[in-house]
Amino acid sequence: MENYVFHWNVVFKAFPQLLGGAFTTLHVSVLSMLVGIAIAVLLALGKMSHSKILVMASSSWIEIARNTPALFQIYMAYFGLGAFGINLSPYFAVFSALVFVNAGYLAETFRGGFQSIPKTQYSAAKSLGMTTFQVYRYVILPQMFRRIYHPMTNQFVWSILMSSLGILVGMNELSGETQRLQSVSFRTLEFFIVAAVMYFVITKFVLLTSSLIAKRIFKGDIA
Amino acid sequence: MIQIRGVHKSFGDLEVLKGIDLDVEKGEVVSVIGGSGSGKSTLLYCINAIEPINGGEIIVDDINVHKKNTDQNKLREKLGMVFQQWNSFPHLTVLENAALAPQVVRGLSKKDAFEIAMKELEHVGLGDKFDEYPTRMSGGQQQRLAIARALAMEPSYMLFDEVTSALDPELVGEVLDTLRLLRDDGMTMICVTHEIAFAKEVSDKVAFFHEGLIEEIGSPNEVLENPKKERTQQFLSKVLH
Ligand SMILES: Nc1ncnc2c1ncn2[C@@H]1O[C@H](COP(=O)(O)OP(=O)(O)OP(=O)(O)O)[C@@H](O)[C@H]1O
Ligand SMILES: [Mg+2]
Repeated sequence: MENYVFHWNVVFKAFPQLLGGAFTTLHVSVLSMLVGIAIAVLLALGKMSHSKILVMASSSWIEIARNTPALFQIYMAYFGLGAFGINLSPYFAVFSALVFVNAGYLAETFRGGFQSIPKTQYSAAKSLGMTTFQVYRYVILPQMFRRIYHPMTNQFVWSILMSSLGILVGMNELSGETQRLQSVSFRTLEFFIVAAVMYFVITKFVLLTSSLIAKRIFKGDIA
Repeated sequence: MIQIRGVHKSFGDLEVLKGIDLDVEKGEVVSVIGGSGSGKSTLLYCINAIEPINGGEIIVDDINVHKKNTDQNKLREKLGMVFQQWNSFPHLTVLENAALAPQVVRGLSKKDAFEIAMKELEHVGLGDKFDEYPTRMSGGQQQRLAIARALAMEPSYMLFDEVTSALDPELVGEVLDTLRLLRDDGMTMICVTHEIAFAKEVSDKVAFFHEGLIEEIGSPNEVLENPKKERTQQFLSKVLH
């Protein structure tokens, strides 16, 4: 190891492929967030509903998503469903697993955000003559959005990092691409160092952008 | 005027109002006093239809509050309400807090809504706080904001539910001063309060609530100085020191 010689040239030549991998990483993370958010809203509403069946169904989803490793979920989607003859592409398997987990975590975030708004905000707004829709539109949801904003950003960063598990099912996102490139060039360390830097840059960029946006849109001083 | 006729209200098995009759004339100030749990807040919530009732009726001007096809949002535009907890909207500035309902409920332009909001904020002494966020203000200031926010809807009646009891003692005065100001403007008000001296000073009528019924009602002089009922006497001797 002490006489390992770094060869960066190969890596730079393969940079376009790495960028392509990074693009796929972003692609799957963004999509799995968007779909995850939509399902999370339904799960949160289901868990807060009065229907036993909806509460059960939503809670099961949330509990399983939050208490099992993402790796298992990807394996389930890819190999598990494969055993039943349902063959998902590596991309779709990773996408589905990320949606599953994102929805589970975000549902709890949404529910917590909603329940953290005091009921008295509702009566105060109602007493001003607002319709229920107006109360939510102008009073409840804007406050709730502030509280779920940072957890949502964190979930997005988590999705970016977890999509690297795509490497295990042969998906060509950043990690998969890195794996493939190093295995043909044997510049293992170089490729993984560059990939790590790329992950770091992407997630830092997401976090910084998110906090810049937060500064612009959240003027009051509640967290 | 507000006419309350034989109002009954239960939460599950618990009957909280057991037949309340009360008239509030235009321009009158009625104070409601009574022990904890006697149903004072509940009555206010029933007047502006935040809570449904189980019997009797409440008529505000000519609106029968709890009738099936009554537009309760329309009704609430006539009735301003201020709560013990001031409930400022923390994501909005002071000015936006007061202008929100005029804009979205009354449908005023932003300019007109802001104008009314500014006028009411100045009236309660918050003329220098338009762009402040409420969470940076004292409880007394936030409570005055809540009053201005309600006034910006230009209501015919104001309902106050112990608006000073969550305040630090040194902030009570500024809020009571604001209520005096409203009384001098001729606002019709129902004030649930624990401030007996204040009730004595501003009220035309005082109603003493006990276990969901009005035990005694009359002028401040009658109810607070010379109460006839033993329960009123007991209550007053308890709260007066
Ligand atoms: N939403 C509710 N659900 C169930 N019970 C309630 C509800 N609101 C009030 N109550 C009960 O109704 C009774 C009357 O409450 P209310 O708040 O009207 O009393 P109050 O006279 O305003 O008392 P306080 O001086 O403590 O404010 C109490 O026993 C209270 O616990
Ligand atoms: Mg009360």
